[in-house]
This record gives sequence, structure tokens and C-alpha cells, in this order.
Amino acid sequence: MSQAPRQGEQPPEGRGPADERRGAAALLETYHRLAPVTVPLYALLLALLVGAGVMLIAGANPFEAYGALFAGAFGNPERLVRTLVRSTPYVVAGIAVALAYRAGLFNIGVEGQLLIGGLTGVWVGTMSALAGTPAVLYVPLVLLAGALGGALWAGIPGVLKARTGAHEVIVTIMLNAIALRMVDWVVTSREPKILLDPDASTPRTPDIVPAGQLPDLVPGTAIPVGLLLAVAIAAGAWYLVSRSTLGFQIRTVGTNPSAARYAGMSVPRIIIVSMLISGAVAGIGGIIAVNAGDSAHLTPGLLRNVGFDGIAIALIARGNPLAVIPAALLWGSLLSGAPLMQVQADLSIDLVRVVQASVILFVAGDMIVRTLFRIRPERGAGGSPTPAATGWGAQT
Amino acid sequence: MAQDTAPPRAEEHEPEVAVDTARGGLTGLSRLEIIGGLYLLVGVALAWLGVGLPADAIALQFGVGEIAPSLDLNPAVSVPVLAGLIAASGLVGILDRRLPRLAVPALVAGTVLVVPLVLIATLSQSGVPQTNVITLLGESLRLATPIALGALAGLFCERAGIINIGIEGMMLAGAGIGFVFYGLVGQAAGGWPLYAAVVVAVATGAMMAALHALMTITFRVDQIVSGVAINLLAIGITSFLRRQVIIPEGLGGGVTLPTIDLPGLSSLPVLGQLFTGRPIFLSMFVIFVLVQVTLFRSAWGLRVRSVGENAHASETLGIDVVKTRYQAVIIGGMLAGLGGAWFSLETVGTFDDVMTNGKGFIALAALIFGKWRPWPAFGGAVLFGFSEAFGARLQLLGAEVAGYPIPAQFLQSLPFVVTIIVLAGAIGRAVPPANVGKPYERSR
Repeated sequence: MSQAPRQGEQPPEGRGPADERRGAAALLETYHRLAPVTVPLYALLLALLVGAGVMLIAGANPFEAYGALFAGAFGNPERLVRTLVRSTPYVVAGIAVALAYRAGLFNIGVEGQLLIGGLTGVWVGTMSALAGTPAVLYVPLVLLAGALGGALWAGIPGVLKARTGAHEVIVTIMLNAIALRMVDWVVTSREPKILLDPDASTPRTPDIVPAGQLPDLVPGTAIPVGLLLAVAIAAGAWYLVSRSTLGFQIRTVGTNPSAARYAGMSVPRIIIVSMLISGAVAGIGGIIAVNAGDSAHLTPGLLRNVGFDGIAIALIARGNPLAVIPAALLWGSLLSGAPLMQVQADLSIDLVRVVQASVILFVAGDMIVRTLFRIRPERGAGGSPTPAATGWGAQT
Repeated sequence: MAQDTAPPRAEEHEPEVAVDTARGGLTGLSRLEIIGGLYLLVGVALAWLGVGLPADAIALQFGVGEIAPSLDLNPAVSVPVLAGLIAASGLVGILDRRLPRLAVPALVAGTVLVVPLVLIATLSQSGVPQTNVITLLGESLRLATPIALGALAGLFCERAGIINIGIEGMMLAGAGIGFVFYGLVGQAAGGWPLYAAVVVAVATGAMMAALHALMTITFRVDQIVSGVAINLLAIGITSFLRRQVIIPEGLGGGVTLPTIDLPGLSSLPVLGQLFTGRPIFLSMFVIFVLVQVTLFRSAWGLRVRSVGENAHASETLGIDVVKTRYQAVIIGGMLAGLGGAWFSLETVGTFDDVMTNGKGFIALAALIFGKWRPWPAFGGAVLFGFSEAFGARLQLLGAEVAGYPIPAQFLQSLPFVVTIIVLAGAIGRAVPPANVGKPYERSR
């Protein structure tokens, strides 16, 4: 494929057949080179086609339904804001998964870390001893509490993995189950009353005091500052992974723990640190999710599936923190557009779940996309497993 | 380590045999010694607390009726005794260097003793200090059904070298589509459509598994990614069907598979209760025996396991790796589909969104808990089933501590805590089949 024309080789006059062939080859080369961008787009297209197939079976008009879905997500400024707010927790959850993924760890526990982070944040944010703290101090304090809660919950599997080899997937699944029940107890228990708001009709915590809530990004709009925070976290995570020494160590441990050990890196330390960072990010995500919308309280079901969707988003983004942002936006816009689709096309909102699953399958199965659209396979592909799958068996 | 100079990937899956006896860290103690010390401390503390329990006897009944034996226990005595045994097991763990073969069995036994201890201690705090142990056991086994079947589903896939975190989705799809079939064909009236629906559920599980196999074996998609996608797909399809078909058609009459009494066995005096159950529950035991035989006593089972350990070596022996993996994954999917039918067709008689409620993930935990072996995985499943059954029982009994009811969430969390402790401690490293997660390409 080294047919790309070089400057000096241009024939002096006219466009001969050889030149045309070269031009076509150059175009083809560009087509292949663009694969990192085009493959996900084709995957989305294929996923939408699968969704359209389901719509046709259900007797709906796909164009009408997708039109409604799009209008529901981006139709007017209000909906656009709602879509952004909806996507923000997914950005953070996706980054949390992606960070651990780069260290070869499969953090299924983001679901639980979000919950515990949200819980510790709300706990600090409603503490009567802290009433009267100015917002400049209080907001960072709430975020810090959330980060610590999430880091604690992720630190357990990290330490156990590093010190005893206990499988992080199983430990995090267990900790998710525990977190779910602990939060359920703390939020719903009436005797003793712990964090239940006794005046609310449904079980929930009281709202975080106004000084502790994340402020609006632009006063007057409903965009919370969480969006900016999420983008900052994405940028920070990108810098950490791609540009810092620690990130280099994380990536080395993720791709080849033996080589990392041989190079003098402490694999257990990197595992623990990666899980702590991942959990801290998830904890902040919990606070952002609690602050989304008009209220700032935690309910037992508030963060349901956000962590699991974060796994899917991180996988679509292939562990790249910056690519998490568009993936999460796609996720959030599908979810926030769905209600309008339900009303206008009489299709259940759950259809978008089918589309989401298809996106993952086609993005992950890029062999299918590349075969269909005649894009040459990635160099070095075939044989070497991607980090997620090695994370299962690799015992360090 | 000498392997460090070898090609890096080669070392990744070498079994780390020396772990349990390795001494290291700051303390210079082996892991078993540390755990033994912990058990000793916990046992002594529990014994001390147990002495303070009320001395009113609690009754543990075995079975129902006149001839059912009943065991009256004084919590203030029996709890300290059990705690003492746990402390003793810890002591054996500490003496690992002197009694090298006894430490692990003793610690496992000590862990198991926690179950009756918690049972007696919580009963002594409740208003009605009696319970039927056989009923509790039967209920634990019943609730363990989907977890055990899911663990077997995972066992087939992973022994063949394919990670399956899509068990949850395969179960859910089986539960949902099986029920839709039953509702549409049988009009929720029971009878043969109910059994046909179970077959549909099994076939649905097989189809989801076939998709997983297609993605991971043929297209070499990352196996965990494919599993995540299977889960999402199942949530999407079943919730979609529920809103588009089940609710509009008004399906769901609560009719479930009938209870079957095994002739002869079910009329046994004390244990009879255990031989009465619904079809999927009863078939679980048969399936476990069948799985054990096919995987560990048949040529095909040997092929499956060798493909999971080293695909390329198997290939040189003339085994069709792709075909074997497809077969194993699809059989696993059928078992998961059966586990799904347990929810909708055997237990509830209707379908709710995400009604499998994370049981597929718990099944995965039971599988790893059992180190990829059928019977230990079954033990793990029963542990989870027990905690669920016991948590429900306790809410009925209304046990109180310090004037407040014991939160059911605590008891429900107990098996998860135990699993973490066991994983990190007594059981040691769970070593998966060596080729799990690795895509296979035919050599040319």
C-alpha cells in the first residue's frame, strides 16, 4: 500500500492513466487510514439498521421513529440540555471503567462505587455540623467525600487483588450487591432513621444543602457545572494515561504484567493505585448524578445501571478517556430521546437498549464492519486479546 | 524469577502453586497463618458475646408433623460452643507448619460453622424462637436453582475457553421469550404449553449463546464485550416485548409449573419435604449429575476441557476447536435458558423487567467460588440461596438487636461478605482454565 504519490513523482503534464491509478490508491489509503473514525460510525449505522428491523417487525415506521428519537434528544434547547445532563454521569462512569481497564483490571464495581460515592457525598452534604459552610468550601468538600467513598469501595478489590490474587471481577460483583443493600438500608431505614428524609413521600435522603450543591454552569440555565467537571475529568484521565509516568506504568501493567515486573515496576502498587483512581472518579460521578436535575438527593434506584452502562461506554471508547465523551453522549441522547419516540411512534423506550447493544457488538466486532465495508484489518490484529479479556485470567 | 526472561505472555497463566505456603510481607507469616489468627480472634470474640445471649431455649424443628424431631438448644451454650469450634479451626490454621494438611479443611469447616451460629444467634433475638430447619434448607435449595443452573452454564463456556458474563442476559431472554410464547399459545391456562414454553426458554438461551459464540469464536470479538452486549440486548428485547406484547395482550395469570411429589421419596418421614418440588428445581439435581459425567467422564468432555486449556495443542490432536467451543457455549446457553424459565414459568407465573435481578452475576461468582468445578459451584449456589431464604425468614420472625429490627439487608449481604473473605483467604487463588479469554485462530 505504498502507492501514495510523492511530490517529486508527479508527471510533468496532463493526467495519465498511471497517475489516475495512483490517485485512486491514495484515496483508498485515506479510506483505510480513517478507519478509527469511520468504523464506529458504520457500526452506529448498522446498529440503527438493526433497530429499524425491530421497528418494522413491531409495525412502526423507522424514519418517523428515528425522527422522533432525534427530536427528543436535540429538538429544542431544553431537550438538548436534558440530554447533556443525562449523559454526564455516563461520561464519568465510562472514564472510571476505562482507567481500570487500561491497567488490565475489569472494574465491574463502578455501579457500587457510584452508589457509595453518592452516599458519602450526600452524608457530608446534609451534615448539620457543616451547616453554614460557604459554597466555595462546601462543594469541594462534598466532591471530596464522594471521591473518598468511591475510592474506598474500589480500594477493597484493588488491595485484595494485589495482595491475595482474589479475582477483582467477583469481588466487585459482591461489593456491588453489598453497596446496593447498604444504600437501600441507609436510605429507607425508619428505625433507626439514618439518612431518610421523613417528610418525603418516597424513600429518599434529604437534599444536599444549597451551599453544597453543584452550581449551574451558566446562571439561569439548568446546565450543572457537572458537565464541565466531567470534561475536565476526561482530560485529566487522558493526560494521566497517555502522558504521565504513572500512566505509562498503568498501561504497561495492563498489557503485560510480567514485562512491568521485569522493568522494576511494582505491579501490586499499580493495581491498587489504578483501582483507587477509578473508584474516586466513580465516586465523583455519583455526586454529579445526585446533582443532576432540579433535586440533589439520593434514592435507592437513582444510579441503577449507570455503572453497567459505563462498562459498555468504556468498551465502545476502547478505554480511551477522550473517546468516552462522544460514546457517553450517544448513550445519553438515545436514552433522553426515547420518551418522545415512545409517544410519537408508539414504540417502547426499551428499543434503544437493542440499538445500544448492537452498537457495542458492531464496534467490538469491527471485523464484521471491516468485512462489510471493505476496510483492511488493523495491523497486528488477530491473536492478541484486548485488555478486557486478559483481565479475566491474568493473575498478578 | 527465571520466567521473566522468557517471552512475557508465557508466564501469565502458570499456576501459582506455592501461594498458600509462601511467607512474605511485613509479618513473615503465611496467608493461612494470618487467616487462622483472624478466625481465632473472631471465634473468641463470638464466644464471649454468645455467653451473653438469653438462655431461653430455641427450637430447631426437622420436618413437620408428630414424628418430626425437634432440637432444643440453649443459645447461651450452643453459640459459645460453635464459636469455640471456629476458634479451634483458626488455631489449626495457625499451626499450618506443624499440621500442613489439616489447615485448609479446618478453616473451610470453620467457615461453614458460621451458618448455624448466625442462625441460632439471630433466632434467640426474635420473638418466635423456633424454625424448621428442613423447610429452610428446602427453600435454600429452591432459591439456589437459577444460580446453580447459571453456574453450570458458565462452567460449560469457560471450560471450553470462552468467558461468559452474558449468563444474566441468556437467563433473562429465556425467562421473557419463554413466557411470551406461553402467554400467546397457552393463554395462561397451564397444561402442555407451559412445558413447551420451558423448551422455548431453553432454545432462546441457546440462540443467545449461539450469538455469543458467533461473535467470540468466529468474529473473535472480545469475550467480555460480547457478554456485556448480550446482557444489554436481553434487557432491551425482553423489556420491549413486555411493553409491546405482554402488557397490551394482558398476559400473565400467575400460573406456574405444578409441584411434583417424587413417589416414595416424598413420603419419607423427615426429609420428605426435600423431595417435593417443581420440575426445574428437581431437574437441577439430574442435570448436575449429567454435567459431572459428560464433562469429566466422557471423551467429549475431555475435548471441551482440553480446548479450554490449550486450543492449539488440542488442534494438533485432531480436535475441531471451533466446533467443540460452539457446542459447549450453546449447551451452556440452554442451561441458562432453563434457569431463566425458573423465574417466569416456575416461580412467578408472569414476566417483569429485569426479573433475573443480577442472579446471572451471582451464578458467575458461584462458579469462580467453586473454582470451575460443578459440585463446589453448587455449594456456592446453595450458600447464596440460603442467605436469601434466611433473610426472608428473619423478616417474618422479626429479630431485634438493641431494640431495632435486624435489617434484612445485612443478612442478605452476609453471603457476599463471606464470598469475599473466602476468595481472599481460605480458598486461595482461583485459577481459571488457561485459555479462557483468548481468541483462537486456526493454524495454517
